[in-house]
Amino acid sequence: MNLKALKRLAPQLIAVFLIIAVIGYFWNNTRLNMEYLGMEFGYDFLSKAASFDIQFSLIDYDGSSPYFRAYLVGLLNTILVSVLGIIFATLIGLFIGVSRLSPNYLVSKLAEVYIEVFRNIPLLLQLFFWYFAVLRTLPLPENAISFGQSIFITIKGIYVPKFIWTNFNFFIISFILAIIVSFFIFSYAKKQRENYGKHFPAFWVSLGTIILFSGSGFLFGIVNLTFEYPEIYNLTETVFNYRGGVTIIPELLSLLFALSLYTSTFIAENVRAGILGVGKGQKEASSSLGLTPAQTLRLVVLPQALRIIIPPTTNQYLNLTKNSSLAAAIAYPDLVLVFAGTALNQTGRAIEIITITMGTYLTLSILISIFMNWYNKRIEIKEK
Amino acid sequence: MNYLDNIIKPKQANQNTLVIFGSILILISFLDVVLLSVFDINLTGSSKGISFFLPLLLGFIGMYYIRFDHTNFPLINRFNKSLNIDWLNSIFTLLSIFVLLKFVPLILNWLIFDANFIGTAKEDCTGGGACWVFINVWLKRFVYGLYPDSETWRINLAFILLFVTIGASYLAKPKFKKYIILFLLFVFPFIGLSLISGDVGGLVYVETNVWGGLALTLIVSIFAIIFCFPIGVMLAMGRRSELPVVKYFSVGFIELWRGVPLITVLFMAANMFPLFLPEDVFLDKLIRCIIGIILFEAAYMAEVVRGGLQSLPKGQYEAAKSLGMGYWRMHLFVILPQALKIVIPGIANTFIALFKDTPLIFIVGLLELLGMIDLAKTNPKWLGFAAEGYVFAALVYFVFCYSMSRYSQKLEKRLSTER
Repeated sequence: MNLKALKRLAPQLIAVFLIIAVIGYFWNNTRLNMEYLGMEFGYDFLSKAASFDIQFSLIDYDGSSPYFRAYLVGLLNTILVSVLGIIFATLIGLFIGVSRLSPNYLVSKLAEVYIEVFRNIPLLLQLFFWYFAVLRTLPLPENAISFGQSIFITIKGIYVPKFIWTNFNFFIISFILAIIVSFFIFSYAKKQRENYGKHFPAFWVSLGTIILFSGSGFLFGIVNLTFEYPEIYNLTETVFNYRGGVTIIPELLSLLFALSLYTSTFIAENVRAGILGVGKGQKEASSSLGLTPAQTLRLVVLPQALRIIIPPTTNQYLNLTKNSSLAAAIAYPDLVLVFAGTALNQTGRAIEIITITMGTYLTLSILISIFMNWYNKRIEIKEK
Repeated sequence: MNYLDNIIKPKQANQNTLVIFGSILILISFLDVVLLSVFDINLTGSSKGISFFLPLLLGFIGMYYIRFDHTNFPLINRFNKSLNIDWLNSIFTLLSIFVLLKFVPLILNWLIFDANFIGTAKEDCTGGGACWVFINVWLKRFVYGLYPDSETWRINLAFILLFVTIGASYLAKPKFKKYIILFLLFVFPFIGLSLISGDVGGLVYVETNVWGGLALTLIVSIFAIIFCFPIGVMLAMGRRSELPVVKYFSVGFIELWRGVPLITVLFMAANMFPLFLPEDVFLDKLIRCIIGIILFEAAYMAEVVRGGLQSLPKGQYEAAKSLGMGYWRMHLFVILPQALKIVIPGIANTFIALFKDTPLIFIVGLLELLGMIDLAKTNPKWLGFAAEGYVFAALVYFVFCYSMSRYSQKLEKRLSTER
């Protein structure tokens, strides 16, 4: 064996040895400790009854459900708040990022102040501020702020009407069908444009298709939609509450406020960098080709800006998903609170529960980044 | 017809009259909003729900009439150029000004004019605004946590020493500067820690569970910053290593920490770390949490540093190798100094993120600034002052984070070298 190969091999062998030694050391300690404390290792507890209640759940859950069900409730709540947060953060971020570039001095300064303020204050603090300082000042149920007697804003949450569907499946199937059809319409329009230079109004046609398809159920009386309005009732002599409808709990609201306002500042900066990153020559070239300003923005600037915007924005989406775990601090029943909090305290299975929780977040992160990488690859410059 | 045309299409010839007319309209609209929001006087007589609509219309018409390419009034010219570019912008400007006029007085009233500053108890707060008495009374706790009053000079001394050494490193000659920075990074943290925790040199031992407030926030962030940096650099070098074992270990390590939220890392530090250690070894919860934060932030740091390493041209590596430098000498003297310089903004951002993440230790029961505020606002004598506490904390964090980001921007400009 020559010296060069040895020089490569030796450090690696040492590294492997060190890693194994460290892991082995911790493993051994853990084993001894668990033996000493009379703890056992295993995932069998997942099927035992959880016997604790969860305040807010998207699926059926009660105390007799197993821990695995509690885990699912937490996971779904995490996904719910992340998805909503991502949508709001993107919208606000886009708006603020574009405002930041406005030629209007006042608008761009206000956007800058917004960005600096919300970016430089810790997320947890913002969360507490919304939850303990702002949403606690809302009125009691009997003095609720109401919109058209169907939406009620109170300290206990926002009550909105519930959709009651008959034959919901028919509606959703026709809706999905319409989406598929409009996908074909778009590819047809693209072919027409690229091969024959003909313009086909794909957007309007597919919008019409979607309305027609999903409306057909209503038209023929197969699908029906009614609303169940929340109504006030006496819990006791002086305490009021609402029943019926859907309750958006204040924990979810404050988490959404905090997450979307905080993340939107980072997205706004990405948007700004992306738009600034498109060369001036591109805009000039497109207007000299006779494109209107709107067309320039839609067909020339945005596609190029998106390429710069998407990778860092993916990171922000990932951050938002991970930051949603701060929910534990205000008792929104997300994965961390339900599973790494309550379930861990009840079962004492620290290793199992924390590995499952971490593994779940890891999987979510990897899934989002795979999806965004795929999307990124789709829109990247294809050099010919 | 001619008359109407004059009104709809402002002529350059009439501009002096029109500019004055438009300015008066705009002023009336502002005045109306000010009177309505500050003094509650309704000038235009519009009902409350649409009280913004009439001034908006007046202002819009006013701005339409002053929008000339060039006028005889320099102020109007500047106004047109920055705030009155076209009709859409004029609406944005008016809306922004109205929102400011509406809310700034409200906020200022709450913060200053209706607020109470002097007093010792909740009863001293009589105004409708903020009760800064709350902050005043609790300030010592917010800064030092539950640390015993008689010993707080130790925290003060540690931080004064820190600032003096940092100041000295600025003023010192380059020859000594190196040693001062090395001292700051490797010796000072331990001096400061033993000063604060005590049990050496006749100082009374102070348990970590009474540490808290802003002091704890700073201790945690300073320690985490100092240690996450070298680990991050090592991981970044490991990720770019040609040795597969080192490379994949680094990749796995980095991606593992980057994929999970800090809160689960802290839960792990609080609940799982003790199981990893032998029975007779006890690691303080604070130290466990700091280790968790260090590992977590090191992974982010590694990705930032990797960006710098990748951006260096290959020629730099080849040149260093052709001078006969080995792996470590090449990195230490040629590659890292250049790579780190490139990523200074990224490093600063990671530090700011770390600083903003420190409040999370509150969730596992360590009472840094936010935790102390939570403790104070749930004190039965001081219920109902959550907003004051959070505004105060927000201000403190904002000052730190904003000045750090400003400083990093300055540093970036100063260190930027032409390539």
